[in-house]
Amino acid sequence: MPKQGVVPDELTAPFWTAANEQRLVIQHCTNCNRLQHPPAVQCARCAEGKLEWQEMSGLGHIYSYAVVHDGPVRMLKEGQPFNVAIITLDDDPNIQMLSHLPGTPSGEVPVKAAVQVVFEDSANGQKIPEWKVIE
Amino acid sequence: MKVFDEAPEDIFRSEESLGVWEHRGKVAAVGIGHAPTMRRWDNDPETCVGAISICALRQAMADAGVDPGQVDGLIIDPVTATGAGWPKDKPIPQDMLARWQATDDPLDGLTKNSIAWLLKNMPELTGIQFAMNASGCMSKALVAAVQAVGDGETHTCLVLKAWHNFEGRYYQGGDNENDSLPGTAALTALTNLWGAPACSATAIQFNEYCHKYGKSHAMMAPFMENSRRNGLLFPEGYWAQHRPEELTVQDYLAARWIAEPANLFDNDLPIMCSGAYLLTTAERAIHLAQTPVYILNHASSRAVPRSIMPTLEEVEVETARTGRKIYEGAGIIVEDLSFENMYDGFSLFHQFHLEGLGFRGVGQGEALDFYQTDISIHGPNPVSPSGGNIGSGRSRFWMHTDSIQQIQKRAGARQITGVPSEIGVSGGPMPMGGNFTVWGVAPD
Repeated sequence: MPKQGVVPDELTAPFWTAANEQRLVIQHCTNCNRLQHPPAVQCARCAEGKLEWQEMSGLGHIYSYAVVHDGPVRMLKEGQPFNVAIITLDDDPNIQMLSHLPGTPSGEVPVKAAVQVVFEDSANGQKIPEWKVIE
Repeated sequence: MKVFDEAPEDIFRSEESLGVWEHRGKVAAVGIGHAPTMRRWDNDPETCVGAISICALRQAMADAGVDPGQVDGLIIDPVTATGAGWPKDKPIPQDMLARWQATDDPLDGLTKNSIAWLLKNMPELTGIQFAMNASGCMSKALVAAVQAVGDGETHTCLVLKAWHNFEGRYYQGGDNENDSLPGTAALTALTNLWGAPACSATAIQFNEYCHKYGKSHAMMAPFMENSRRNGLLFPEGYWAQHRPEELTVQDYLAARWIAEPANLFDNDLPIMCSGAYLLTTAERAIHLAQTPVYILNHASSRAVPRSIMPTLEEVEVETARTGRKIYEGAGIIVEDLSFENMYDGFSLFHQFHLEGLGFRGVGQGEALDFYQTDISIHGPNPVSPSGGNIGSGRSRFWMHTDSIQQIQKRAGARQITGVPSEIGVSGGPMPMGGNFTVWGVAPD
């Protein structure tokens, strides 16, 4: 199920560049010593400080999920139903990412299971972080 | 005329420990106005979103027995849809341009409201001295208006929210239709690479709720049945006007999934509708045509999630905090509530609001069991007597109309009978991020 392509913009370019190098990076405020995702132009807590991109371990857990049967994105309709899970990062469980959980049948999601990041090609070749259940 | 492009954040009571609201019982709702609902716009200029807004405003004034020239405040939510835009290359219909006085923005009255457009097309509003936008939903505009009247910025104030709905499905088109996404949009919750529809965040929270407390989606059925039943007794609502169909447990359980565990009926139905209220001071209200309903407090939630979407834990913390703010500012305790009319558009988060209030002693993880008891308008525990968006279509204001009508004792067939209708609470939309109003039969 190929996802839409991604055209990196100024704010998110480091995230997408790292993904193409099979690395997961997340914004980190050096003032608060705090991660934040999705990326923003300033720290959501202190509204100042320097934001740098910090490499993550690539490990996480499944928080919860839904199964999309009727979604709005044209390119994904053919693959319905599919899982959309919230992944919490082991580096900081407050930080979430989304995942289709490739390899996990829809509706058969092992909630709270450990997952590991993988990188998939999107429609325009940009690599996108995805998450697979660790057997 | 004093005009605010947007309500300043400092008028909202979003913090705890603010004490009893300084204008408790000094502001009252009197008049209510609604235009007839429609599923979608029929392309008639007489039923465009601007037209139905004017209809609701005029009804609210007539209902209150107020001459339009006496109104000195107008507070609106200018936004009239969440997912139904006007195509960029589609011209504005000529008959719209001929029928209505246009502003600089040709979409005014068609896909949005503006104070300028309304005043141009309601020449009878000759006394407006205070005008404000409060974008988001009626709950926010209402709270802004309540505070403005309390502060003396306006003594007779109209508050408005309307919705348009066009052909086609919400959120189909735009980025969702494209082969690629901008990098930032790709990482946000709703327009994202993972194709999650609008109800997904709530569905995920609800899934975690069921996981944590050992509940199931099927346990929502009595709430859904009750909401539609109440909605069918709401003559101003869509289902009562156009599709007087009961929703049975079997119907609900058999409905197709949108984002499992959210099914078709867990999503509210987008419609064309408008709602307006007339607020005034408690002193003036007693001389008007309808029984005053006194505002005992307003409270707001401004919490933001730590990451992409609120977790169940974040929601539970914030709704409990909202409950405390509601009671503290109103100077009441939970046992004083006759009914609760919290938001339901998505149905799967109504229980978060209800548990945050602690309505009838219901704690976290207990609402779905509570739904299996008598939650009807004739029982001791009226839950969502308005029927909400689920019962009457997407408006985000039925709960306010019902709260006023319940306390005025003019809710008709929907009037609660199991308990005296004396104090109620309504508001929303989201469990994290909303505005709430406490209504009372007496000012003290």
